[in-house]
Amino acid sequence: MRTDLAVIGAGPAGLAAALAASARGVRVTLVDAATRPGGQFYRQPAEALAASRPEALHHGWRTWERLRDGLAVSAVRVLTEHHVWCVERTPDGFTVNALLGPEQEEPVQLHARAVLLATGGYERVLPFPGWTLPGVVTAGGAQAMLKGGLVVPGRRALVAGTGPLLLPVATGLAAAGVEVAALVESTGPRRLARHAPALAGKLPEGAGHAAGLLRHRIPVLTRHTVVRAHGDDRLTGVTVAALGTDGHVRPGTERHLPCDTLAAGHGMLPHTDLAESLGCRLDGLAVAVDTEQRTDVPGVWAAGEATGIGGAALSLAEGHIAGCSAAAHLHGTAPGPAPAALKARTALQRSAAALDSAYVLPAHWPEQITDDTVVCRCEEVTAGAVREALDLGAGDERTVKLFTRAGMGWCQGRMCGTAIAGLAGCAPTPAKRPFARPVPLGVLARHHPKEGPS
Amino acid sequence: MNESLTCDVVVVGAGVVGAATALYAARAGLDTVVVDRGPVAGGTTGAGEGNLLVSDKEPGPELELALLSARLWAALAREGLGEAVEYETKGGVVVAGTDRALAGLEKLAAEQRAAGVEAVPVPPDRLPDLEPYLAPGLAGGMHYPQDAQVMPALAAAHLLRASKARVLTGREVTGILRGPGGAVRGVRTGRGDLHAPAVVNAAGTWGGEVAARAGVSLPVLPRRGFVLVTEPLPPRIRHKVYAADYVADVASDSAALQTSPVVEGTPAGPVLIGASRERVGFDRSLSLPAVRALAAGATGLFPFLAGVRAMRTYAGFRPYLPDHLPAIGPDPRAPGLFHACGHEGAGIGLATGTGQLIAQVLTGRTPDLDLGPFRPDRFTEEAA
Repeated sequence: MRTDLAVIGAGPAGLAAALAASARGVRVTLVDAATRPGGQFYRQPAEALAASRPEALHHGWRTWERLRDGLAVSAVRVLTEHHVWCVERTPDGFTVNALLGPEQEEPVQLHARAVLLATGGYERVLPFPGWTLPGVVTAGGAQAMLKGGLVVPGRRALVAGTGPLLLPVATGLAAAGVEVAALVESTGPRRLARHAPALAGKLPEGAGHAAGLLRHRIPVLTRHTVVRAHGDDRLTGVTVAALGTDGHVRPGTERHLPCDTLAAGHGMLPHTDLAESLGCRLDGLAVAVDTEQRTDVPGVWAAGEATGIGGAALSLAEGHIAGCSAAAHLHGTAPGPAPAALKARTALQRSAAALDSAYVLPAHWPEQITDDTVVCRCEEVTAGAVREALDLGAGDERTVKLFTRAGMGWCQGRMCGTAIAGLAGCAPTPAKRPFARPVPLGVLARHHPKEGPS
Repeated sequence: MNESLTCDVVVVGAGVVGAATALYAARAGLDTVVVDRGPVAGGTTGAGEGNLLVSDKEPGPELELALLSARLWAALAREGLGEAVEYETKGGVVVAGTDRALAGLEKLAAEQRAAGVEAVPVPPDRLPDLEPYLAPGLAGGMHYPQDAQVMPALAAAHLLRASKARVLTGREVTGILRGPGGAVRGVRTGRGDLHAPAVVNAAGTWGGEVAARAGVSLPVLPRRGFVLVTEPLPPRIRHKVYAADYVADVASDSAALQTSPVVEGTPAGPVLIGASRERVGFDRSLSLPAVRALAAGATGLFPFLAGVRAMRTYAGFRPYLPDHLPAIGPDPRAPGLFHACGHEGAGIGLATGTGQLIAQVLTGRTPDLDLGPFRPDRFTEEAA
């Protein structure tokens, strides 16, 4: 298969990018692992569920309708259920290597002159005692259950952690009939107030959620954190406690809240695997881009959460700008993004930065992780084993992994990377995952002249 | 925090060679400090497969060092370190696809036997007894019972712990202290000086940089290798299995990409697939051609692997010296400086012997092996 521009990821950034480039006459192929476009943000209920009012669970439904209808009348070729495991540079462009279908066994190669990475983000997960109990889900997971499966995860839920995602999750659960015992936010109210002016870009959305909290009478506990989740076979309750100004739990403030569901969220991390194996420079944990959303690898653009967590509206603006730039470079003309997109990007980047500095993890969160808490679920490595590895001379995520196998399993450290860096006392570093997903050796071998033993 | 320490010997490098050197130096009664700019096993040790191989070595000084090292690894395992470092005497199986390759393998094995290696010929119909999942139609093979394996990072960590040496990680050696007459008196680090009459350069691929800080040249170059790691599997591959052309690749001087499959299972379940070799500097970026060649080679040996998923791949940099032999012993150009680096792809296996030899020369004993072939200044003479 050949195309001019391969857009990887059909969330807000990828959709906006594909439509912008296609409207400018570029042959665009939009590649996504899911069965339908939309990404995590515009996650759609499974067709079989025949949802009558999916918009009830969504913000910006009108934007989604515009994107969906635009895609339908566009010339964009959409490849769903294509799981991209690596993008490689070739002499005349790029080869997108994907695995097809739910079993991810059939290899597909897409050759493109340019690539636009809209690979999105994934949830940052912090372990705490009891976090592996059934009934404990991530905040994004709870939202995905609501949007995609139209199911509620339980009857009485606690929403906890930090970040702007907790509000829509709490109100979404309440609207779906779940009793929300409390919203537990580790950031203090004064810190949030201090950043309020800069958060103005998010105000309409935020105000809506705040009204929702009131309407559903959801108690909000700021500067509180989850200490432990309780239960034998499944979650029965959660102990929360207040945090002192020093970031430590204040002794004596623990209280027990019975619930059958805990939705824990601690922000998002960018998906940078494909960018990294292409050799794109990263800025911290995100793909570094210029004002046109170009990476430092010629022919590779990036937009959306992969270039820094900022939400769907920012992703749309970045995707549009990236798509326009890619089209211009493929045609040899000057890029002409909509001025509104440029303006929106500036404003939204400012509020994303403000959110980022407003919502920070509690300073001493790793000390809450007891030695018997499993931090790496794939390889069943406890915090105690990680601490033992540090004692043996491991000093960073990589050497902890070598000593304990933490991060070597199916998720390749996507779940446990933050926890291990935290326990090791070092800043999280971008993990090196040359394969964005596991790939059969037979597929790898196929594109190589057969080599047996001689 | 600045501190000044005095000890008998400073070992630069907390990889497996530095760890083994610290262990034998400490056992010889020397007060030992190990210093590394990174964590324990942060360099090539952490990227190694943990091969303790005699099978891939032609008769000569490296094979003698490998045999000495194999005996020392076995002794350490008997002392109780075996489990902690995942020591496994699994043996190696070298297979030949053609009669010509088999003839070469048999000739090598005969020479190795004369040097003390156990090498048992395996006719094609007996190969499935050793490795039931091997591809059919091979010409034959050779079983090397002395080949063994450790988990390299854990080996470095536990040898260091057993040495009871002081280990200073996250401290870069920025200079080598020299006294009047040029004698080495210790090292300078970012956080204070470490005073000692002897300094051992066990910095692996970065050994050339450490040598340069003492004003001497040691031409250690990186030779990149990729390893493919599969999803965890039930035990199906029992030995270290590789194709006969591996030995030729190891000994080659070419800078271009070479791959010959080396396949083995691990106690944790994943199968490790090596070994590519190319000289491309310290370039860590993914080379799909290299890992594709590894996959093709491995599925050629074990067809069932075609349906097994590779979870990840990573690169390491073997410390390569022009004649493929490590530098071991005192450096006459800088009295008090000793080298223990440049082991290319065999450093895990050769670590124990290297550490023992260095400890012997540090304490004025006669080393178990003639250090002549490993002389660190041998390349200077060639240039002159």
